[in-house]
Order: sequence, then structure tokens, then C-alpha cells
Amino acid sequence: MEIPYTYKPRPDTGLYNAKVGIWLFLASEIMLFGALFSSYILLRVQAPMGQWPTVAGAWPTGLLNIPIGTFNTAVLITSSVTVVLAWAALKMNNFKAFRRYMVVTLVCAFGFLGIKSYEYNEKFTHYELRLKSGESFTGHIEVNGKHAGFWDFGSIYNLARLEKDQVSEIKFTADPPKPKAGEKHASAAAHAHEVKTIKREDIVWLDAFIPRNHTFFGIYFVITALHGLHVLGGALVLGYFAFPGSSMWKRNPEQFANRIEVAGLFWHFVDLVWIFLFPVVYLL
Amino acid sequence: MSTASSHSHTAAHEHAVDHHHEPGFWQSYIFSTDHKVIGIQYGLTSLAFLMFGFILVMCMRFQLAYPGKPIPVFGPLLEAILGDTAKGGIMSGDLYNSFGAMHGTIMVFLAIVPLAFGAFGNYVTPLQIGAPDMAFPRLNMASYHLYFWGGVLMLASFFVPGGSAKSGWTSYSPLATVAEFEKPFNGQTMWLIGMVILITSSLLGAVNFITTIIQLRARGMSWMRLPFFVWAQFVTGFLLLLAFPPLEAAGVLQLADNLLHTSFFLPNGLVVSGQQLAVSGGGSPLLWQHLFWFLGHPEVYVLILPAMGVVSEIVANNTRKPLWGYKSMVYAVMCIGFLSFIVWAHHMYLTGMGTKVSTFFQTTTMMISIPSVMILTALFVSLWGGSIRFNTPMLFALAFLPMFGIGGLTGLPLGFNASDIYLHDSYYVIGHFHYVVAPGTIFALLAGVYFWFPKMTGRYMNETLGKIHFWLSLIGMNLVFAPMFIQGMKGMSRRMADGGTTYFGADDIAVKLNISITHAGILLGVAQIPFIINLFMSIYNGKKVEGDNPWSATTLDWATPTPPPHGNFASEPVVYRGPYEYSVPGSKSDFLPQDKKP
Repeated sequence: MEIPYTYKPRPDTGLYNAKVGIWLFLASEIMLFGALFSSYILLRVQAPMGQWPTVAGAWPTGLLNIPIGTFNTAVLITSSVTVVLAWAALKMNNFKAFRRYMVVTLVCAFGFLGIKSYEYNEKFTHYELRLKSGESFTGHIEVNGKHAGFWDFGSIYNLARLEKDQVSEIKFTADPPKPKAGEKHASAAAHAHEVKTIKREDIVWLDAFIPRNHTFFGIYFVITALHGLHVLGGALVLGYFAFPGSSMWKRNPEQFANRIEVAGLFWHFVDLVWIFLFPVVYLL
Repeated sequence: MSTASSHSHTAAHEHAVDHHHEPGFWQSYIFSTDHKVIGIQYGLTSLAFLMFGFILVMCMRFQLAYPGKPIPVFGPLLEAILGDTAKGGIMSGDLYNSFGAMHGTIMVFLAIVPLAFGAFGNYVTPLQIGAPDMAFPRLNMASYHLYFWGGVLMLASFFVPGGSAKSGWTSYSPLATVAEFEKPFNGQTMWLIGMVILITSSLLGAVNFITTIIQLRARGMSWMRLPFFVWAQFVTGFLLLLAFPPLEAAGVLQLADNLLHTSFFLPNGLVVSGQQLAVSGGGSPLLWQHLFWFLGHPEVYVLILPAMGVVSEIVANNTRKPLWGYKSMVYAVMCIGFLSFIVWAHHMYLTGMGTKVSTFFQTTTMMISIPSVMILTALFVSLWGGSIRFNTPMLFALAFLPMFGIGGLTGLPLGFNASDIYLHDSYYVIGHFHYVVAPGTIFALLAGVYFWFPKMTGRYMNETLGKIHFWLSLIGMNLVFAPMFIQGMKGMSRRMADGGTTYFGADDIAVKLNISITHAGILLGVAQIPFIINLFMSIYNGKKVEGDNPWSATTLDWATPTPPPHGNFASEPVVYRGPYEYSVPGSKSDFLPQDKKP
């Protein structure tokens, strides 16, 4: 006996096996991200006041790049549309169109990851600094002529690290203050880009916008990284189906279309997570 | 192209695939995709972990009975393997903590769940629903291999500097993070990585089981004709599918706390050895407990539901009667499945989460006892008026009923907020959940081993050895766990490496009971020797079965050749009736198999 309903739907459920499987898998994924979103809510609601002097209230907001985030949302939604078009092309027996739409999907997927790593890099080079005088700033630092970079975790500094490396002073470029409501952008920019030299003894706290700095960054990086892994995994599967795995189209077109449908369902889920993620961490 | 012609074309194609290769050793036994081989792989691996977990706890029990004395036999071994932490064969406090955490982890995640769900679920479920295999055979194989390597990682964690995880099987934060804050790659980190792998394994298993049960039921196998065992596995699958991911999320967050020094579970102003910890703070230790117990409580039902399924099969078969209230049992198991998701915080009454929250969880906890009692009552009533066959599987199944009953009833005082505050974290709790899992679930699973062994091998297990195993285990189990209720009610706290001597003084009855418990534990260990001999000897020397259906059972698992070949059934089975048509009035034989033509 062979395993039935591997690609033909079972008459009474109307589903083939893989479709039941992927929906169950997505249910479990919802519980995974649901738990992380719940953790986000709980951490935010009970966050103690005064952890971040540069930000009013208990929870830092407005530190993420909203225009880039919006653009990335659009990129991911586009890929979700093209993956449906790819499946529809298969159903209309048009393999060329399928391949074209899959390529667009893949370009969007890797585009999303590329933009995300640019955003990560922005955070890893961005610092929060508190001084003994009570002043606090956000901005960029230069230590011994070095900036921190995405691939260079060794140059992310905090106070303990400065002490260990016996760095006596750092160069600090503070961010321009946020324009107040009604104020023109240009006047705010006028204060910017003044490089200060700051002695180590004056520093109370120094850290980049990395997970250990604040639970906000912790949860932001954990959820977005986990989401990024899902994007990467989905892109690899779609890439496999678009190129080496597409030989199945000749052997069993129905099963191949099913595979695209199932992979597409996962891809929509990944998209959906981002659609929740974007407003929750960027906008709220 | 018409559907009919395309179907016949692929059928012919698959037929050709079916015959063209003869798999070698690696493909037949190690990388097999056959659900029966995978079931046996799960079974043997989990029994080995069961024994290992038992040895760990016996070392701990010796330390409790005779604090500071070298452990006989295992002591020198521990010193040779683990070094200074077991100097002179004496268990240090650190080692006690490490063994305690790993005993819990191994027993729950590497022994009982894989045995109940992985082994029995894999072997029996497809047979009982009349399927040729699981819906996703390769995922099934991946699930076993992830489980195996997750287990290896857990074992390897004993050897990293500092030893394995030692913050309890619950890994409460902040202890789990600050215990070895300076060395991020420690036993706890290995534990977390191991857990993530094990969770992935059970996720693949759960997806596979549920899909199989929904999609691969044979013709005529409607939902209410499913054997109760399949129902139990079905609900268990949903519990694993939906309850495990929050622990995975929690594991990832704690991993970040350990490796990236985030503060998800670390509150503000945490002071460790007189120094403020250099972290940002602002996290919540309570969050870990919520996420952990959101898994932890459904997990309890993952342990018990398959056991109830096994017992139901054996009780119906050996009383030669239909199960009393089969439909109510099915609805009850669904209720348990749902309610088990909203009772978790009854593990957390003492955390100060607030009386309103406590009241809610106290209420749901009392509610969930109703369907559990329904199932137990149905099984008890099923015995009424039956001409019971007292063979070894039936003895274990019968013992399950009162033993699980004791475990369940002693849980009620823990479900009530007021009494739990006194009993929390005492030996009473240990007695309670071990009654549920050890003489409860393990007895049911042993019953399953004796019951399905003839189908797996074509030979019976030895009845005499089986009965010795049963009676000694029954006595041993009760002598081990019953005194713990007394210790707990006297206020003895769990997780004390000296057995409570510093707290009570050595002359207290609670402390003296430690000695009798340890000796009973040794008896329990000795009682397993006949089982191990029986299990392996019977493969070659057991009495041969007379036919494919040695127990005269009704369900489809007995309609297969013995042992079932690849693809299970000689011809496609068709189901005509419910699962337990025993002693039907007017029928010639006392049982009507589900696939017998009317």
C-alpha cells in the first residue's frame, strides 16, 4: 500500500496531506510569535521608569527608521503578491511566467534581508551616552579612530570595554535634536555634527543600540532576527522550487503546483508576521 | 486529461517504485522512514533514557538518605567521569542540583514523552487507523533523529566546565542566568539549545500525527469509530503543537540573556554575591514562569493522555466488553485538551501574581479535574461484570487506575490557592506528580509494551517474569512515593541536598523516611531486571503467537500480518463498525473486528 492523498485531495476533507501539514505548522508558528509578542507587551507594560534618560517615559520609542521600515513592508507585500501570481501561472500552465514571478519574489526576499542588515548596522553604530553631569545623548562615537560596524562586533563599546582597553577619551557626535511640532526641519539640523571629545571618567553609561542595552532592543532584535531567519528559510525553499526543484513540473505538474501553494502559504505567514511586527515595534 | 486516467498512470508508476530496491542495514534500521521502525527506535532510546534518569535519581536518593557518605558502586564511577564535583564518590551540592535538573529534564522530555507519543504513537496509530504509514515518513525520520541528537547534547552537557544545567528542570530565571554569568557557554546554554532541538522534533511529530489521523483513516473509519488510543494521541498532538512553541520562545529569550546579556528575565537592581549585576535590567522573572508553565501544564497531559489511551485499549480487550461511555470519554479528552491551556498559573500561586489571577486559575484547575475523573470513572465502570483476563498487560493497566487516581486526587489540594501556599515546593508536590507519572503513566506504558510486543515480534513476553516485574514494581513504587506525602505535609522542602537534616535534625521522622524511600527505590530498580531480561530474551525465545490476533482484539492493528511488513496491510482495510464490539449478543465469537464484513 502506498500513502494516499500525497497530492490528490481526500474527498471528505477536501485537502491533500501537505496542506493539512502546513496549516498545522503555521498554527504552531503563530504560538511561537504569539508568545514573543506577548512577551513584548508584558516587558513594555511593566518597564521601570527612568531607564533611558534620553527618552521620555519608560519605553524608548522613535529610535527605529520608519521610512526604511515602511519601504521594507512594501517590498515584502510585493513578494507575497508575486508568489500568488507564480502559483496562478502554474495553474494556467505558463511555466515561463511562473519562473519570472518567482525571480521577482526572490529579489524581494533578499532585498528585504539586505535592507534589514543595513538597519541593523545603523543600530550597531549608534550609541547612547550618559554623563556624570546628568546630561545624556544619542549619537555616534569614534574610539582610536575606529567606528563600529556590522561585521565588526569587536568594535562595539561599553564602559567596561573602555576600561579594559584603557581608552581615556572618545570622540562623540551627538544626534541633532528632534524637530518639535511646527518647527522646520532645517533649523533643527543647524545644531548638528558637532564633534565633542569626552573623557572616560565623565561617562556613567555607554552602549550601542544592541540587545543588551535595553529590553526594547533585546526584544526588537530577537523578534526581527527570528523573522529574518524565517524569510531566509522561505527564500531558500522558494529558490529551490524556482530552479533545481522545478524539474518536477514535467513529471507531476499537480504536485508541483501544490508545493508552490504550500510554500506560498508559509511565505504569506512570514509576511503577516511582519505586518504585525512593523506597527508594533516601529510605530507604537 | 481525465482524472481517472491520470490516477491509473501514477498508480502504475508508484507500483514500479515500490519494488525496485532492497534497503540495506542503514536504511532499514537507522535512517528508516517506516513508522514501525521509527516507533521501535523511539522506544529503545527512550527506555534507555528512562534507565539513565533512574540512575541519576538513585544517586540523589542515596545522598538524601546518607548525606555526605560516598555512593556505593556509582560513586567512584562519578568521580572518575566528572572529577572534583564527586570527590571521593561523595555527591557535592552542585552535583545534586545538576542531577536534579537533569533527572527532571530527561524523564519528561527524553523518556516519557518520546515513549508515550514517539514510540507507541508511531507504532500503533497508523495501524489502528488502517494507514500504510505516517503522512510524512521523512519528517518522521527527521523527528527521531532530532530527538536523538537533542538527547546526546543534553548528555554532553554533563562534561562542559561547570557541569550540566543545575537550576531545576524548570530553569527559573534569574537563577538560570546568573548561576554562571561570567561563563556564557555553560550547561544551562547547552540545555536551552538541546530543548530547542527537542521542541523542533516534537513539533514535526505533532504535525505528522495530526495530519495522519485526519487524512489517512481507512475507508469507513469515521471519527467515532476511532479507537480511544487514537483520540488520545490526536489531542496529545495538538497539545504538543500549540504548547511547545511558547517554551521555544522562552528558550530563545533565555539564550539571549545568557549569551548576549540581555535582561528579558532579569529585574532592575539584581545583586549577585554582593555586586550589582552589569546588565540593563528592566525584565521580568515572572515572564519566564508564565512562558514555561504555558508549556508545562499541557505537558502534564501530554504525559497522561497517551497512557489513558493505552489503558483503554487493554481494559476493553481483557474485560471482553465495550468501553463504558466511549463517546463521553472522547468528549472528555477534548475538554482536557482545551482546558489544559488555561490552567498553567496554578504552578505560580506563590509568585505574588495577585489573588484575582489566582482565583481564575484555581477555578479552571478544578474544572479540568471533571473530564479527567470522567475518563477514570468510565474505565472503572468498564470493569463491572467483565470476565477479566489477568494477564501481565492487564495487571499493569489495572494498577494504573488507582495509582493515577491517587496522583490526581492528591493534586486537588495543590490546585487550591489556600492549601497550595503551604504545600508548594514541598515533597508533597513530588509525591503527587510522581504518582501521576511513575506508577501512573509508566505502568500504562509498560502495559503497552507487554500488550503490543506480540504484534511487533510475533512472540509473547514471558508471563512469569512479567508478573514478578509487576508485583515488585507495584510495591516498590508505593513504598517510594507514599511516604513523600508525609514528608511534604511535615514541611520538608524539595531541592535540599542533605535530605532536610539541617532543617529538621537527623532524628525527625521525615528525615528517617528518606532511608526507607531510598531502599524502596533500590527494590524498584531491582524489579526492573526481570523486565529487561524478558524484553530481550522474548524476542528470540518467547512463546510464538498462534495467529495475527493473539489477544482476540477488535481494532485494526491486529488485522495486519505479524510483524507488519512495510506498508502494513495485505489489502486495503475497510471498517464496518466501532472499535470495541466485544461480547455482542447473538454473535458467534465474543469479538467482532472492525474490518470484519457484516
